[in-house]
Amino acid sequence: MKARVFVTLKSGVLDPQGKAIGHALQGLGFDGVGEVRQGKVIDLELAETDAAKARAAVRQMCEQLLANTVIEKYEIELKS
Amino acid sequence: MRAKAPIPGLMVPSMRAAVIVFPASNCDRDAASALEELTGQKTQMVWHQQNELPAGVDLVVLPGGFSYGDYLRTGAMAAHSNIMPAVRAHADRGGAVLGICNGFQVLTETHMLPGVLMRNAGLKFVCHMTELVVSESQSAFTRKYTAGQHVTFPVAHGEGNYTADEATLDRLEGEGRVAFRYAPGHNCNGSMRDIAGILSEKRNVLGLMPHPERVCDPLLGGTDGRALFQSLIETLG
Repeated sequence: MKARVFVTLKSGVLDPQGKAIGHALQGLGFDGVGEVRQGKVIDLELAETDAAKARAAVRQMCEQLLANTVIEKYEIELKS
Repeated sequence: MRAKAPIPGLMVPSMRAAVIVFPASNCDRDAASALEELTGQKTQMVWHQQNELPAGVDLVVLPGGFSYGDYLRTGAMAAHSNIMPAVRAHADRGGAVLGICNGFQVLTETHMLPGVLMRNAGLKFVCHMTELVVSESQSAFTRKYTAGQHVTFPVAHGEGNYTADEATLDRLEGEGRVAFRYAPGHNCNGSMRDIAGILSEKRNVLGLMPHPERVCDPLLGGTDGRALFQSLIETLG
């Protein structure tokens, strides 16, 4: 089973990198782009075949390492 | 590293210090050198794969650098290295822990200190001398300074933007746990409430972004950092 984890900043946390990307897009002539937020995608290959167990394990990975929950939130997508 | 002979006639400090060395630490020897100069004692260098601290250690230093290449998040990998449970246990026993720059980032990642160090607000790596205000002199790390004193330490970091929720910031200020702030006009990274260094609840753990160990020798452009280590020597022996 494969898992894809999206780690993004919680809303309200200032994202200077996202802002810089937004400015760069404006500079390239892409008008009409509002707020830009940047995040990470982490792909995992898992030996686990049970979706519920896999999700629970990945959630623990997120809490302990993959995300810093002081400022980041995460979403988990499973693919069998 | 060879310890320097203490100045004759002075009492030899007995404080024993250990510096943790992670892959890509780069201020470990600066910290050891400053400590050895001021204590006359050999500093123990402890590799991150060890599981125990040397016996009798009073102070543990988590040095500056780019541990594990700053992979994932600064300090995130080092926070899970073999030695960290022993560092945490040392702090839980009341032992002193000093995290400088990357060391501060490691301390927030282990949740030994609250908040997080985010990318500098200006997105640029900052590397220059900076003026700080000692906000709190009531600690083992700052007792040789006076509250309100201005000192000059160098900064050298890309992720030093101290961020925490309002309740945490209020609590840090209310409990006198903001040890250092950037002086007005010197907040080089966007840190909330100009915070440059904070103490743990028990006040035995200090994390700060600027580098006191790099201003302990006049040859390096200043000696304002000495009082931090002298505070520790006075407290810990």
